Amino acid sequence: MKKSHLFVIGIIAVAIVIIMSTVGDASVYVSFREARERAADGNLTKVHVVGRLPRDGQKNILGLEYNPTLDPNYFAFTLVDTNRIAQRVIYFNPKPQDFDKSEQVVITGAMRNDVFVADKILLKCPSKYVEKDIKGATASVN
Amino acid sequence: MLNTFIGDLGHLSVIVAFVAATVAAYSYYMAARNQPLGETDGSWLRIGRGAFLLHSVAVISIIVCLFTIIYTHRYEYYYAWSHSSNHLPVHYMISCFWEGQEGSFLLWIFWHVCLGLAIMRFHRKWEAPVMAVFAFVQLFLTSMILGVVVLDVKLGSSPFILLRDFLVDLPVFKMNPNFVPKDGTGLNPLLQNYWMVIHPPTLFLGFALTLVPFAFAIAGLWKGELIKWVKPSLPWALLGGLVLGVGVMMGAYWAYETLNFGGYWNWDPVENAVYIPWLVLVAAIHGMVLWQRSRTALRTSFVLVIASFLLILYATFLTRSGVLGNASVHSFTDLGLSGQLLIYLMAFVVLAIWLLVARWKSIPVSEKELTTYNPELWVFVGATVLCLGAFQVLFTTSIPVYNAFLGFLGIKSNLALPADQIAHYTKIQLWMGVLVAFLTGLAQIMWWQKNDKETLTNSLAVPGMITLLSAALVILLVRYNKLQMSPVYIVLLTTGLFGVLANLGVVLTLVRRRVALSGGGIAHIGISLMLLGILASAGYSNIISKNVSGMVYSKEFPEDLNRDNVLLWRNESAPMGGYDISYTGQYYDVPGVPGYVNKELLFRTDDEYKALARADIKAEGKVYYKAGDTVEILPENTYYKVDYKEKKSGNTFTLYPRAQVNEEMGGLLASPDIKRFASHDIYSHISSVPDPSKEKDWSEVKEHVLSIGDTIYLNDYFAVFRGVEPAHETAGLGLAKGDLAIQGDFLVFGEKKQYHVHPMFVVRNSQVGRVSDEVEDLGLRMVFINVDPTKQKFTFGVSTTQKDYIILKAMEKPFINLLWSGTLLMALGFGMALVKRRREARVAEAKTPAAAPVKVRKAKPQVAA
Repeated sequence: MKKSHLFVIGIIAVAIVIIMSTVGDASVYVSFREARERAADGNLTKVHVVGRLPRDGQKNILGLEYNPTLDPNYFAFTLVDTNRIAQRVIYFNPKPQDFDKSEQVVITGAMRNDVFVADKILLKCPSKYVEKDIKGATASVN
Repeated sequence: MLNTFIGDLGHLSVIVAFVAATVAAYSYYMAARNQPLGETDGSWLRIGRGAFLLHSVAVISIIVCLFTIIYTHRYEYYYAWSHSSNHLPVHYMISCFWEGQEGSFLLWIFWHVCLGLAIMRFHRKWEAPVMAVFAFVQLFLTSMILGVVVLDVKLGSSPFILLRDFLVDLPVFKMNPNFVPKDGTGLNPLLQNYWMVIHPPTLFLGFALTLVPFAFAIAGLWKGELIKWVKPSLPWALLGGLVLGVGVMMGAYWAYETLNFGGYWNWDPVENAVYIPWLVLVAAIHGMVLWQRSRTALRTSFVLVIASFLLILYATFLTRSGVLGNASVHSFTDLGLSGQLLIYLMAFVVLAIWLLVARWKSIPVSEKELTTYNPELWVFVGATVLCLGAFQVLFTTSIPVYNAFLGFLGIKSNLALPADQIAHYTKIQLWMGVLVAFLTGLAQIMWWQKNDKETLTNSLAVPGMITLLSAALVILLVRYNKLQMSPVYIVLLTTGLFGVLANLGVVLTLVRRRVALSGGGIAHIGISLMLLGILASAGYSNIISKNVSGMVYSKEFPEDLNRDNVLLWRNESAPMGGYDISYTGQYYDVPGVPGYVNKELLFRTDDEYKALARADIKAEGKVYYKAGDTVEILPENTYYKVDYKEKKSGNTFTLYPRAQVNEEMGGLLASPDIKRFASHDIYSHISSVPDPSKEKDWSEVKEHVLSIGDTIYLNDYFAVFRGVEPAHETAGLGLAKGDLAIQGDFLVFGEKKQYHVHPMFVVRNSQVGRVSDEVEDLGLRMVFINVDPTKQKFTFGVSTTQKDYIILKAMEKPFINLLWSGTLLMALGFGMALVKRRREARVAEAKTPAAAPVKVRKAKPQVAA
């Protein structure tokens, strides 16, 4: 066998290791039910959950808990996943300031006991990217 | 008034540019077809040239039109309205030019035009086939901003669309189609940073530069000139490596300075999308250098040069098609161009692979087997390591694409990016760094000498020994500072040091021979220094704002949770890490005044951008505004003054982390402030402030009836009522004749200093008006309620609110300067190599190809297509 062949085999081997490690580290989007099942099985790998914030008639978000003067590193909220399962989530960081405006929230983390401990929150504020309204736009102007 | 002329002119220019690119591509193709390199069909060539020049003029015209629209605040155009605003300074108007997708395509197109013109000028022999590729690329790129609908298919997205055509459903346009908004929505404040003015053009120039070697390689394959393309394109590849590398690091630096994830690299897919082609381009450069020196690795060079351009296209697809929507914080929105982007990508993938496969057998292969003592082998291994590193990032970043692809096939996939991306990427990239640092040292030493067992051992001995000694010293110092050092870190440290020292030795020897030779060595020192800087600053980044006083909400949670933020009450000192810090107020940036100006000195007016000075505004002993003057302010950003005092040394410094409350952008946008020391940075950013959109919660007004000279207690402070005086014009009351205005003069004794408080009482047309005065520092508000002239008694109301606070996160980044200085060295090294290769290429061109004797196997006669 020629050296160059060995070299190619080596590269392929490393590439396979890389692929395997990616597959091993890749996370998944799951529902809260699955997150709970995983936790019950003792599987503590982090998952992604996509959800919305429950709101009342006045569009206020229900169940936000953040009191920075008590503890700036404790923020709790309820998230409703696509299967309409609500789950209490704790985030040991300050509340993201634009949290109230977001339509969709993606969190990563895992269930611990009865709460979902999130370590990352990705907010989707569609208005952030595509403006849909003009402030103070009245027909009388101009 | 609505001005549709300039938009129509711009749109017309886009169409001209597109048609001209199509004509140029076809003519250049016809000019080069069926002819060997250097010979062309003159008439087709002339048409091609003319078309490309017309294309260039049209592109300039598009840019002028778009910039005029932005510069003259023509908000009837969607692009100006959504990216600019009246108060935006000119340099940020430039950056809002490319904030949008269309503008950034335009930037890319512009650089291709510049490069295309340079090729027409400097590479006459290659002009026809290379420019055919260039014009073909331009055809695709201009189609992205075409904005026409053909048979119900939207082709491109025009930057010249009118607002009323974009927001069709808005009622205002139904009533008045000529409505023009008075102001735009402004530029994303995170982009209002000087790096965002120079970083995107740099990056897009880097993008554009990958096209040059690619076009040469394609031209080489097409014309059967499988060898000659390397020499003229190597300087361009080096320039691409330089510009792209600097662009990537500029982005990192911008993130470090402006974003608040606490570092310079976040493995965000958008960042990765540029990092991958850069790694491959650098590998490609190594392949080309190997070919130039020892006639090996030509196939590798072909593959890598082509791959780097295709990866740029893939990156464009990733970041602009919306496929990363859930995965990235800063990818563009989907403009509905994914299909078009995919066609663009596939066209070049198919073309390149087809040509490569067709010519594969005729590409010369070196017949000598590489042995351990060949430096070529180690350079080749190094290039392979870079590619494997790129492969990992590529494979992981593409996870959302797999989902989309499987979804397209009807298979539901819920694969997500790794939850801990840093750990995932570090696992491989760290070892890539180790190998790169080691191989740069080894290969550079071997490159410049004849190698056998003895010479190699001799020349490795000195740098090897110094490396081991200095590594041992550093490890001891780390331990001495009570820090842990894992074996992996020790390996990276040692190889990094070896990379620096071995290359330093090489550079020192070469400088004596000829300075021009040392470019590679210098670039490699830079890379090794960068690795050491990353190791120190990321591996030993230390959060100094660890909150030790936090409540324990639930004992069931282990204590390894983040408690990385501290709450600082205004004017109260708190211990943090080795510092005592205090937050002492909010400041504004006032143009013309150095430093920042305390908000308490400014009386806000109805015009957001103007304030009245309540007292003299001084900086560095010079008075910039007198009390009562109108001050132009930049109200978007508030700077929070945080004083640091190092406990051990007593040294003090002040940071002004910035935050912007921006309703439209959704909340608080914070940027850090950084105190730079030679050995480390102290990096602080605001995590949160009291919600400014909510009105302050004032306590019920407590009334005090006072005589002059009385003292009252307010919360924890006391105040002396010193008297009543006529009110000054300073408060902007706009007093007229016959108006009566008086103000109470209070001196409030705070923790640190005294405050003058002047609540006012105004009588105009027998109507009473009261202007309260607030001390933000103390959370106090006083209002002048009544005057009883007979008894000489005055009634004041006092209300209090929760004191102001900020939540702060602070970090220490050791030896981050190694990273930045390494970047500069790398750029310098690339530049030197570029100059050297450019000279070689010119020399080669001057003495018409006497074709260097090339030892090749299967050297088939080259056929012209």
